[in-house]
Amino acid sequence: MRDCECVRDCMCSCAGEENWVDSRTVYIGHKVPPPGTEAYIPQRYPDNRIVSSKYTFWNFIPKNLFEQFRRIANFYFLIIFLVQLIIDTPTSPITSGLPLFFVITVTAIKQGYEDWLRHKADNAINQCPVHVVQHGKVVRKQSRKLQVGDVVLVKEDETFPCDLILLSTSRDDGTCFVTTASLDGESSHKTYYAVQDTKAFNTEEEVDTIQATIECEQPQPDLYKRSSTFSDVPLGSENLLLRGATLKNTEYIYAVAIYTGMETKMALNYQSKSQKRSAVEKSMNAYLIVYLCILISKALINTVFKYVWQADPNRDEPWYNQKTETERQRHILIRAFTDFLAFMVLFNYIIPVSMYVTVEMQKFLGSYFISWDDEMFDEELGEGALVNTSDLNEELGQVEYVFTDKTGTLTENNMEFIECCVDGHVYVPHAICNGQIMSGASSIDMIDSSPSAEGKEHEELFFRALCLCHTVQVKEEETVDGIKRGIHQGKATSFYISSSPDEVALVEGMKRLGFTYLRLKDNHMEILNREDEIERFELLEVLNFDSVRRRMSVIVRSNSGELYLFCKGADSSIFPRVISGKVDQVRARVEHNAVEGLRTLCVAYKRLSREEYEQVCHLLSSAKLALQDRDKKLAEAYDVIERDFILLGATAVEDRLQDKAADTIESLHKAGMKVWVLTGDKMETAAATCYASKLFRRNTQILELTTKRTEEQSLHDVLFDLSRTVLRQHGSMTRDTFSGLSSDFQDYGLIIDGATLSAVMKPAQEGSGTGGNYKEIFLEICRNCSAVLCCRMAPLQKAQIVKLIKASKEHPITLAIGDGANDVSMILEAHVGIGIMGKEGRQAARNSDYAIPKFKHLKKMLLVHGHYYYIRISELVQYFFYKNVCFIFPQFLYQFFCGFSQQPLYDTAYLTLYNISFTSLPILLYSLIEQHINMDILKRDPSLYRDIAKNSLLQWPIFVYWTFLGVFDAVVFFFGAFFLFDNTTFTSNGQMFGNWTFGTLVFTVLVFTVTLKLALDTHYWTWINHFVIWGSLLFYVIFSLLWGGIIWPFLNYQRMYYVFMQMLASGPAWLSIILLIMVSLLPDVVKKVLCRALWPTTTERIQTKRQCLTTEQSTIFMLSQTSSSISF
Amino acid sequence: MASGYNAKEEDGHRAGAAGPGESASRSRKPDNTAFKQQRLPAWQPILTAGTVLPAFFIIGLIFIPIGIGLYVTSNNIREFEIDYTGTDPSSPCYNCSQTYSWNSTTLCTCTLTFSLNQPFEGNVFMYYGLSNFYQNHRRYVKSRDDSQLNGDLSSLKSPSKECEPYHTNEKPIAPCGAIANSMFNDTLELFYIDPNETRTPIPLMKKGIAWWTDKHVKFRNPGGSNANLTAVFQGTTKPVNWRKPVYELDSDPENNGFINEDLIVWMRTAALPTFRKLYRIIQKKNNMTPTLPRGNYTLEVTYNYPVHSFEGRKRMILSTISWMGGKNPFLGIAYMTVGSICFVLGVVLLFIHHKYGNRNNSSDIPS
Repeated sequence: MRDCECVRDCMCSCAGEENWVDSRTVYIGHKVPPPGTEAYIPQRYPDNRIVSSKYTFWNFIPKNLFEQFRRIANFYFLIIFLVQLIIDTPTSPITSGLPLFFVITVTAIKQGYEDWLRHKADNAINQCPVHVVQHGKVVRKQSRKLQVGDVVLVKEDETFPCDLILLSTSRDDGTCFVTTASLDGESSHKTYYAVQDTKAFNTEEEVDTIQATIECEQPQPDLYKRSSTFSDVPLGSENLLLRGATLKNTEYIYAVAIYTGMETKMALNYQSKSQKRSAVEKSMNAYLIVYLCILISKALINTVFKYVWQADPNRDEPWYNQKTETERQRHILIRAFTDFLAFMVLFNYIIPVSMYVTVEMQKFLGSYFISWDDEMFDEELGEGALVNTSDLNEELGQVEYVFTDKTGTLTENNMEFIECCVDGHVYVPHAICNGQIMSGASSIDMIDSSPSAEGKEHEELFFRALCLCHTVQVKEEETVDGIKRGIHQGKATSFYISSSPDEVALVEGMKRLGFTYLRLKDNHMEILNREDEIERFELLEVLNFDSVRRRMSVIVRSNSGELYLFCKGADSSIFPRVISGKVDQVRARVEHNAVEGLRTLCVAYKRLSREEYEQVCHLLSSAKLALQDRDKKLAEAYDVIERDFILLGATAVEDRLQDKAADTIESLHKAGMKVWVLTGDKMETAAATCYASKLFRRNTQILELTTKRTEEQSLHDVLFDLSRTVLRQHGSMTRDTFSGLSSDFQDYGLIIDGATLSAVMKPAQEGSGTGGNYKEIFLEICRNCSAVLCCRMAPLQKAQIVKLIKASKEHPITLAIGDGANDVSMILEAHVGIGIMGKEGRQAARNSDYAIPKFKHLKKMLLVHGHYYYIRISELVQYFFYKNVCFIFPQFLYQFFCGFSQQPLYDTAYLTLYNISFTSLPILLYSLIEQHINMDILKRDPSLYRDIAKNSLLQWPIFVYWTFLGVFDAVVFFFGAFFLFDNTTFTSNGQMFGNWTFGTLVFTVLVFTVTLKLALDTHYWTWINHFVIWGSLLFYVIFSLLWGGIIWPFLNYQRMYYVFMQMLASGPAWLSIILLIMVSLLPDVVKKVLCRALWPTTTERIQTKRQCLTTEQSTIFMLSQTSSSISF
Repeated sequence: MASGYNAKEEDGHRAGAAGPGESASRSRKPDNTAFKQQRLPAWQPILTAGTVLPAFFIIGLIFIPIGIGLYVTSNNIREFEIDYTGTDPSSPCYNCSQTYSWNSTTLCTCTLTFSLNQPFEGNVFMYYGLSNFYQNHRRYVKSRDDSQLNGDLSSLKSPSKECEPYHTNEKPIAPCGAIANSMFNDTLELFYIDPNETRTPIPLMKKGIAWWTDKHVKFRNPGGSNANLTAVFQGTTKPVNWRKPVYELDSDPENNGFINEDLIVWMRTAALPTFRKLYRIIQKKNNMTPTLPRGNYTLEVTYNYPVHSFEGRKRMILSTISWMGGKNPFLGIAYMTVGSICFVLGVVLLFIHHKYGNRNNSSDIPS
């Protein structure tokens, strides 16, 4: 083949010396250039081993421990544990060691198991055989031994073992079909092309003779970007087969490995995404810091008091309680420090290990309810909601801004060809069924009913253009038994596949109008025209669609040798490039259609002379050859090529609104969310959709911030105008608009387009003072608009908008929802990203946090699941801190009565098990199944969502309330027991109780109070709640009986022996337990009842109303309920 | 993330192979169980003024009588308390408290007289009380060896490290630790003084003052119940502050050694620095005469236990016991208070319920 030297020279000229390291040179079949020609430094590539596992057998324990202790909470508990081991502390190291050990072990086992699975999968992949061509023979190799430069033989239905450049295929035209279902979920067959120069080499002997080099970039994770050159022929993504994709409909292929192992696109892409953290988690961390401060100050206070109190030596060391010699000799500062640490250890339970475990479990288990939800299951797709991360469940209940894509999200993305318009003549395809072309009878001005010769020619050209200018593939129906898939000629058995549904709609529309696109064969496109003749056009170039250019073109050569460039694209990108044609008529029709909410495309063409074509070829090939900035150069080339068009006409495609999209948007509005539609469509189309989807209502005053307006006035003036309008309204409004969206108050909708947006977003120029605060004014306007429509947006702008809102001063919680690859950036940017499992592939669903089948499911996702999760987790967080205040504060108070000696109030077993078993399950179950309001009411009444907006259940006042409630309860427990115990006998036989009975009494009251407090908060008592709440109380009693019932042989103390039973044998103990529980619960009950009666929230009103209804519905309802619960 | 791409690959294969056919959709369709759809039948109570009202009234109506009952019971309990610390120079025990030293061989005794204004009926319990004595100090609480006290022979000879510094005194100490070492060792004796000035000693029962389980299970003498204690404790030494070894605490073998009830009572550390411990029981004679009739008594104290250094106080308490234990007005008062509060709250809520309850129900819920 070609000599490598010249390739190298060529490369140098293209890429430039300084960028040399950014690319790699692959010698096909390891055929190194003859020595001496140039210094050849073999590059080292990794082998094809895929390592998705994190650990090996040897490093598992240290690495896993290291990973786990990097979490701040685990580290904190480790420190506490170590302190307990080192110094003499009040509680044995077991009390904190055991829970920590438990947590660490469970996590390690889970991670170990997952890693084992990964190892197994890795091994399966790494050892699966691949066929490699060596010295003209096919050799079987293990996949992991594959190296860059190996020529690989892949057979049908096999998966590509690494990233490959396609050399040749079994098909004559050098194409192969591939599904990338495992990569991006698109199950359609994509066509890939062999490198032109090698496509003839299709036996192993021939392949072995290839001598060539491939220059390609160093690996990068972008799935859809690839530039490399084969010898001097540029390669594109159509030559590159990605690892993980599967070969279809092709017997075998030969390909050369260029990226292997961890450098394949797939492996690079599976690196973890950045972690999103929910608002609840942030509050939780803030609370943790508060509690840490409380902890430290408690320990400090006690240490100080201790030394003040001990100043008297008879207190420090009375005759009955001497210190050991070593203790006496210790320096005072060391003693004080160890005392401080000991107090820390004594009080460390205030920050519980189990909270993290419970929160994690709640999130993990809770997310199953989303994927289990029957109502979010779509029969058509056969899929329900998908949870990709469970960290953000509660964030779904906090959304303030919803950014939604239009196409495929609000709309079905199920395109239907409605009409086309050629030079002002309107053609409606369904009319053709009757055998005649009917012109649209609408308001359009028709010149004459039978088009002139020129018109006729244009008409045919238009139809041909639409048949040729696309990237649609014809998929042959697979035979049922799957033996052989021949190419069927029959129309019924083939259908069109494309990544863009618009194109399919257009091609199908053309079919109905008489021009059928048959297939692409040997670079020739075949069209069946109206006269049932096959026309063949040679496909010379495809200038692919991209969302920046918003158009695509093809260059074809007809049978007669004429060269055409057909272009179709958005009107805004076509009209400026048109030099002739009936622009006005077409424009009028396009605008008319856009207002109707149809998607319009314009079609134009130009004839190319041979010289022009060669020029085009040159432009394109030089751009394609470029290794660096190829995209930019290509765009420039396209820009030069695609101009001076002759306008042919326009098409209109309808994209119907998704089922219940309007209802969903209305609900979101009522729930207080601001809905923004971000779309690439033109303004009129988008606005029509917005009206249809009730984003804008009839009475919505539309504010426009578009290029059209900014052309008339300066951006500055427009912005100020708008903000004045909005603020005037805002000022006259009364405060009570919050209570609901009344119909009489004016709401605003804003329409902004991409160009104006980028002008607004432009950072302040140094010269002008006013430039910088456009953003602020813009935000101010947006804040007062209930709906915003951003049209003509580039994908990156979508993310920019999300970022802008996210960073505004209220820091609202944003949600982005979309279905296409162009929405990925905003999905990743927003607090919560939701993907729709749409027609435009799985990119969005894969990158999202949650994926749902349809837009309408968003309603249940937010209003029901989000609401529940928020309620649940906020109670979980508050309750956890509360119960630990109740737990630890009595110990703190006890220090004042035991000479600040760090004497624990409770027994070690109680200290250890309090958070692990006595009080853990009820709150976990609560946080999984609590429903303060029925699901149906939440769905029916979206305004309930406002009750939990702005993280309202985790605000500081509520946190302070819970903390004070905890402190109050703790004071009640401790001083209640204190006064009851003070100097009196509890038993009827005169015997006395000791300090452990005192602690047990406090602890019993504590366990019952915190459990009953949760019971009071529970609104939804299923049998599980009953089981868990009463069960854990029972467990506490049984455990205590057992713990005190035996002389435990392995313990070196028997202090709890019979303590619990003796306590239960005493009447006053029972009476005081009941009394203290009552007193501790009383304030909370009173607060609840009073708040509900005097200042009810919407939620509470609805709860009350519902209850009234239930009671009115008398016994039948009750009976049915009880019977159903019994039958359960 | 954890599943890695291998799992996804599988998914892809499955989707590719079966397509959106029925079999795939069946398998992925979530189960329609009540639990998974979060529609378990449930009781949905709500705390409103209306529902809580009756509860408050009921609690009030139950608690107030209980409180009154407790209060009356508590008031019917006779309790007498006398401080014999001897801090005051006029006190009979002043000399003893001042001249105290651990190694004095002569016993200091003092006698206090007091009179009971009311007869004590039923069993009367005699307590000693100490104040400002931190039995709940951490160093003190843990300074014991439960297995030694349970009769473990190896622990007897090598007590737990926790007993430091009362661990060994040349020989291992039995019982070891600060608690045992500081055992209360005053002797209290009670005499009734007839109107005709004759002193009748009142019989004081030593048994039944400790928990039954403590005496019979938790505390055991080493070498079984019938062993010769003197021999068993050979090789150990008495606690530093004790006057006699543990096997000479009492002549009754059932109350000697580790199962001496005074020791057991002392070993149950008190919760608070002011505490009392049961010392003796005065059993009632018959139903006709009160156990302790009205009149004058003398308390003879063998003053061994120093509390002066840490400003402690010593008391002797005589108390009768009811079903609810000793005198404790707090519980009754607390019950009455809580009951009344509940009652008042009930009334307030009734008012609120009437005034606001209707408003809430009639008010429109924005829809």
